Amino acid sequence: MNSLKLWFRKGEPWVWLNAGAVAICVVMVVGLLGLVAVRGLSHFWPHTIIEGVYTEPNGSAYTIVGEVADEEWVAASRVRGTGVAIPEDVKVVKRMLIKTGNRDITGLDFRWLIAENLRDVKTPSELMVVERREWGNFYGYLESVKENGNVVASGESARDELEQRLERALNLFEDIHEIENTEIGAINYQLERLRLKERSLELEGALTDAASLELKEERAVEDAKYQALKANLDDLYVQISRDSMVARSMDGTEKEIPLKLVVQFKQPNGMSFFGKIGDYFHQLWLFLSDDPREANTEGGVFPAIFGTVLMVILMSVIVTPFGVIAAVYLREYAKQGPLTRTIRVAVNNLAGVPSIVYGVFGLGFFVYFLGGSLDALFYPEASPAPVFGTPGLMWASITLALLTLPVVIVATEEGLTRIPKSLREGSLALGATKFETITKVILPMSSPAMMTGLILAIARAAGEVAPLMLVGVVKLAPTLPLDGNFPYLHLERKFMHLGFHIYDVGFQSPNVEAARPLVYATAALLVVVIVALNLTAIMIRNRLREKYRALEN
Amino acid sequence: MESTSESLFGVSEQRLAKMRRYRKLKDQMAAVGISAGGVGVIFAICLIFFYLLYEVVPLFMPASMEERSTLVNYELSDPFFSVVEEQGQVVLAVDRQQGPVFYSARSGEVISRPGFSSDSPLTAFAKDAPGTRAYALGFADGSVLIQKPAYSIEYGATTQDKTVIPHITYPLGQEPIQVLQGEAISKLAYRESDTQVRIIASGADGRLFMKDFAKTESFLSDEVELEEIDTVQLPSPSGELSNVLLSLDQRWLFLVESKGTVEVLDLRNPVAEMRVHIADVSKEDADITVSDFLLGGFSLLIADDTGRISQWFIAYNENRKPYLANVRTLTLEEGVAITTLQTEHRRKGFIAGDAEGNIGLFNTTADREVADEQLANSPIDWIAMSPRGDTMLFKAQGEAPRNYHVDNEHPEVSWTSMWNQVWYERYDEPSFTWQSSSASNDFEPKFSLMPLTFGTMKAAFYAMLVAVPLAICGAVYTAYFMAPALRTKVKPTIELMEAMPTVILGFLAGLWLAPLVEANLAGITSILVLTPLFCIIAALLWSRLPRDISTRVPDGYVPVILIPVVVFAGALSMWLSDPIEATFFGGSMREWLTNSLGIDFDQRNSLVVGLAMGFAVIPTIFSITEDAIFAVPKGLTQGSLALGATPWQTMVRVVLPTASPGIFSALMIGLGRAVGETMIVLMATGNTPIMDMNIFEGLRTLSANIAVEMPEAEVDSSHFRILFLSGLVLFIFTFMVNTTAEVVRQRLREKYGSL
Repeated sequence: MNSLKLWFRKGEPWVWLNAGAVAICVVMVVGLLGLVAVRGLSHFWPHTIIEGVYTEPNGSAYTIVGEVADEEWVAASRVRGTGVAIPEDVKVVKRMLIKTGNRDITGLDFRWLIAENLRDVKTPSELMVVERREWGNFYGYLESVKENGNVVASGESARDELEQRLERALNLFEDIHEIENTEIGAINYQLERLRLKERSLELEGALTDAASLELKEERAVEDAKYQALKANLDDLYVQISRDSMVARSMDGTEKEIPLKLVVQFKQPNGMSFFGKIGDYFHQLWLFLSDDPREANTEGGVFPAIFGTVLMVILMSVIVTPFGVIAAVYLREYAKQGPLTRTIRVAVNNLAGVPSIVYGVFGLGFFVYFLGGSLDALFYPEASPAPVFGTPGLMWASITLALLTLPVVIVATEEGLTRIPKSLREGSLALGATKFETITKVILPMSSPAMMTGLILAIARAAGEVAPLMLVGVVKLAPTLPLDGNFPYLHLERKFMHLGFHIYDVGFQSPNVEAARPLVYATAALLVVVIVALNLTAIMIRNRLREKYRALEN
Repeated sequence: MESTSESLFGVSEQRLAKMRRYRKLKDQMAAVGISAGGVGVIFAICLIFFYLLYEVVPLFMPASMEERSTLVNYELSDPFFSVVEEQGQVVLAVDRQQGPVFYSARSGEVISRPGFSSDSPLTAFAKDAPGTRAYALGFADGSVLIQKPAYSIEYGATTQDKTVIPHITYPLGQEPIQVLQGEAISKLAYRESDTQVRIIASGADGRLFMKDFAKTESFLSDEVELEEIDTVQLPSPSGELSNVLLSLDQRWLFLVESKGTVEVLDLRNPVAEMRVHIADVSKEDADITVSDFLLGGFSLLIADDTGRISQWFIAYNENRKPYLANVRTLTLEEGVAITTLQTEHRRKGFIAGDAEGNIGLFNTTADREVADEQLANSPIDWIAMSPRGDTMLFKAQGEAPRNYHVDNEHPEVSWTSMWNQVWYERYDEPSFTWQSSSASNDFEPKFSLMPLTFGTMKAAFYAMLVAVPLAICGAVYTAYFMAPALRTKVKPTIELMEAMPTVILGFLAGLWLAPLVEANLAGITSILVLTPLFCIIAALLWSRLPRDISTRVPDGYVPVILIPVVVFAGALSMWLSDPIEATFFGGSMREWLTNSLGIDFDQRNSLVVGLAMGFAVIPTIFSITEDAIFAVPKGLTQGSLALGATPWQTMVRVVLPTASPGIFSALMIGLGRAVGETMIVLMATGNTPIMDMNIFEGLRTLSANIAVEMPEAEVDSSHFRILFLSGLVLFIFTFMVNTTAEVVRQRLREKYGSL
C-alpha cells in the first residue's frame, strides 16, 4: 500500500497519462491515414459478386445478386424497431449492405439485409458486372450478344464476342467524344469569337459592310466545317448503336443493354489473383484519367486533378517571386527595427487568418472590383455576360497566392537568416555589390529554403477548399481551362478541384451511398499528394539544416 | 611595379569604370525594385483589412435626403394617397374630387386624368398591398370600384432616355361593385388574393359590412369574373372609427378608433366571437392621427399626436390566445403630432412627417431612425414614395410639393438588429435569429449575428475541449520524457496532420464519424473513461513487473507500450457499446436521451465537430507547446533534479511555469484556428443557426455561414455586406489572438535567451 502511495507521489501515473495522450494522438493520426487509404484504395479492387436466396421476414424468398458493400453488427432491438421479426434470445444481428445495382429495374442501388436470412450464397464465375453510362451498374448473367437486333452469339461464345464488340464500341465512343468536345467545341469557340468581334466593331461604330461580309464568310467556313463533322458524327452514331447485349438480372428479367452505354464489363468471380491485380490498376487508371459521370458520382476525376494542378501551378508562378522579394526586402534591405518586427509579426499572423476570409476578399476585391473593371475596360462587347467579373481560374490562383504568401515569406526568410554572415561579408569584401551578393551567393544558397516554402504553399493550396468555393471552383466544368483554342490557357474559366469534389460529391450529390467509395478514393488521392509534398518539404529542410550546420563549423 | 587592371584582366580602365558604374546602377535599381516589391507585398496584405472595411462601412452610414426639384405646377387640393412609380418619373395621386391623376414627379404638370367609371362622388379610399399597386375607391352610392395603375415605358434614342406612359386599368371590371345599399361608404378596406376578394365597408352610421367574392380568371381573356359568396354584418365598433385595416391574409381586421383603441376582429370566427382583443394603443390619452400597415400587411403602424409611431402585430400568449402586441415604439419629434406616414414598398420601413415639418426615415426591424431632417416649417400634408425607396415627394402646408432623392441603402442593419434580441413579425417574443432570405417578397430579413457567433464559440469550445488535454499532455511527454530517437519520429507524424486538408477531416466527420457516433454513443462515452483508466492500470502493472523485464524497454518509450493499450481500450469500448446500450438505455442511448432526458439529438452535432475540429487543432497546439517546453533551458531542469525532485515534480513545478507563456500562445493560435475553420463545420454540422449549448445539437458558424450564403448574396445588398462584416470580425479576431500569441512568444524567446 505504501509503495502505491509513493508511486503516486512520484507522479509516475501522470507521466503515463501524458504518454497515453501521445499514444492517442499517434493512433488517431495513423488510424485516419489508414482509414482513408484502406477505404479509398480498396474501391478499385474487383469485388466478388455473390448470389444468394434471401428470405424476407414475411416468408417470401427471392434471389439476390450483388456486391457486399458493408457489414455491421447492430442491436436486435434496433432492427426490431424497423419492423423485422427477430427471435427474443438474439441480442445482436449482423446486417449486410448489398449493392444490387440494376437501378433501372429495381429503383434502388443498395439494400440492407439480415445476414442470417441470406442463404445458399454462391459465387458463380459467370456472374458479371456491367458498368454503364446511365443507371449505374448492372449485375447479372450474360445471355447473348446481338447485332442490329439479331443474336450473333449466345452461351459460351457470347463472352468473347462481347469483348470484341465492346472494344469496337468504346473506340467509336472515343471518336464521337473527340468530335463532339474537341472539334465541335473549337467551332463553337470560333463562332463565339466572331460574334464578339462583330459586337465590338458595332460598339466602336466600325462595322462597315466590308467587315460584315468578312465576318459572314468566316462564319460560313465554320458552318461548313460543322456540317462535315455533323455528317461524320451521325454516321458514327449509327455505327455505335449496332450492337447490344442481353443480360439476365437477379429476378430473371432479361434486359437488353446497348453497347454504346457500356463502359466496361467484367466477371470478377472468375478472375485469377493476377487478373485482379491487373484489373485493380486498370480501374485506378480509369479513375485518374476519366471524366466524371452521373453527376460526379461515377467515373473518374481527371478534370478535378487537372484543375487542381493548373491552379496550383499558376499560384506558384505568382507567389514565388512576390514571396521571395518580400523576404529579401525584410531581411536584406529593410532597416531592422520595430517597424520590420511589426511587419514580420503581421506576416506571421496572416498565416493564421481563416482561409474563408481570403475567399471573401477575393470575391469582393478581385472578382467584383478588379474583374468588373477589367470587363468594363477591355471586354465591353461581351456585356452583359461577364468575362473576368465572375469567379474563375485567375482569381482563384491569385487568392490562393495571397493566402500562401506568408508561408513562402516565412520559409524564405528563415533560409536567409540561416546563411552565415561570413559568406555575405566575404562576397562584399571581394567587391561584389549587394545585389550581386544576393543573386549570386545568398539566393542560390537559400534556394532549398524557398523550395520548402513553395512546397508547403503548394500543399496548403492543394488542400484548401473554403476560399475556392467563392472564387472559381464549380462542381462540373464543361471545358478544361487549357485547350487547343487560342489563347490556349483560359484564365477566365471556372474549374474543378479535388477538395471541392470531395465536398460536392459527399454532401451535395443525390446518391451519397453510391458515391461514397469514390469520395474515399478522391480523399485518398488528395491525402497521398499532400503527404508526399509535405514529406518532401521536411526532407529538404532537414538536409538544408545539416548543410548549414556543416558550414557554420 | 605598378600593376594596372589592364595588365591584370586585359580590360581598359575606361571600360572597367563604365562597368563599375553599370553595376552600381544595377545595384541601386535592384534596391529600389526590391524595396518597392517588398513594400507592395506588405501593402497588399494591409489591403485585405482595408477592403473588408470598405465593404462594411456603408452599412453604418446614415441615410441622406437631397432635394431634386420643386413641383411648381402642382394643383391638386387634398389627395387621399400619392405614390411614385418605379422609374421615379410619374406620380399617381388619388384626388378626392377627380379620382386618379397622373402628374410629373419633377414639375407637377398633370399628364393625364383618367377619372373613374362612376358618376357618384368619391367618399372613401383603400389600398391593397404595395406590390399589387391596386386600390379601391368607395362612392356615395355605396358602390366600390377597384383600379390599378399601369405603366409602359417608351424608349428614345438611347436606353437611358425613356418616357413612362401611365394609364389606369380595372382589374375587376369597370362595373362598380355594390357593397352598401343606398348609403355612402365612409371607411373602406380591401384585399385581393388569387382566389378571393374581400371588401369591408362602413356606412355613415358606423355599421360594418364584409363582402366576399370568389375570383375566377378566364383562360381566354384577361377578364376576371367575380361571384359574390357572402355578405356579413360585422360587430360594430364602440367608438368613432379612424381607420379600418384588413391584414394581407384577410384574417385580421383592425378597427382603429381615434381615441386610442384598436379592436381586433378574427374574421375566421363566427360573428359573435369575432372580437378577440381590444388594445389600448396610445399612452397618456394621445389621439391617433395616422395608421397603416407595414410592408407585408401584418404589422400595424399607429402614429399619434405626441410624435410617437408604434408597431403592433398579432402574437400569441402562453395560452395560444391572439393579442395585439406592442412590438416597438419609435419617436420622430417628441410632442409634435405625426401628420402623415408612408410605408416603404420593399422593406420594413416607413417615412413619417409631422406638424412642424420634420420628416423621418425609420426601419422597424432595426428599431432605429435612419434619418431625420426638418425639411419645412409647416405641417407635412402628404408623402409619396417610389417602390425602390430612392425617390420621395412630400408637400408641406402652403408650399408646393418637393421631390427628394433618398439614399437609404441599408436601413435594416443596426447594432440592435445584429446583436440584440429582436421581435420579428410572426414571432411570439423577441429572439436571436439568423434568416437572411426567403422566397417571399415581403419577408423580414433577420440578421442577428448572435446565433452565428454563439455557434462559432460553441464549436471552438468543444474542439478545444478535445484538443487541449491531448495536445498539451502529448507535448509535455514528447518534449520532456520521450527518448530523442522516438521524438524525431513522433513529432513530424503529428505535425504532418496540420497539413491535412480540412475538407477530408470534414468529410470523414460527416459521413463516417457522425453515423458511428450516433450508433455507438455509449461506446464513445466509455472511451473517455476507459482509455485513461487503462493507461493507469498499465502503468501500475508495469511498475509491478520484475525489473529485468521492465528495463528491457528503455526509458522514454512508454507511448509504444501504450499504443496497444489505447487500441484495446477503443476496441473494447466499441465492442461494449451495444451491450451497454441494450442493458442501461433500453437498446439505444440516442433514443434514451431524447425520450427520457428530453435532449434533442442531431446526427451531425457538436460532439462530432468537437472531435473532428479538435483533431485539426491538436497539431497546432502540440507543435508550439512542444517547442516551448523543449526550449526550456536544461540548466533549470538539471538543477531541480539535482535537488532531488522527481522528473514529474520538475515538470510541474519548474518546466511548466517557465513554458507557460508558450503554452498560452499555443492555445491562442489553436483557438484562432478553431474559430476560423470552415470546411469541417460546414460538413460535420447541420448548419442550423440555433443558440443552444447542447452537445448533441448542430450549430452554424460565421465562417460556414459565409461559405453557404456568399455565392447567393446579391452584390452590395445588406446581406452581402453583413457577410463581409462576419469576414472582418473573423479577421480581426484571429489577427488579435495571433498577435497576442506572437508577442508572448517573442518575450518568452528573449527570456530563454537571457537564462
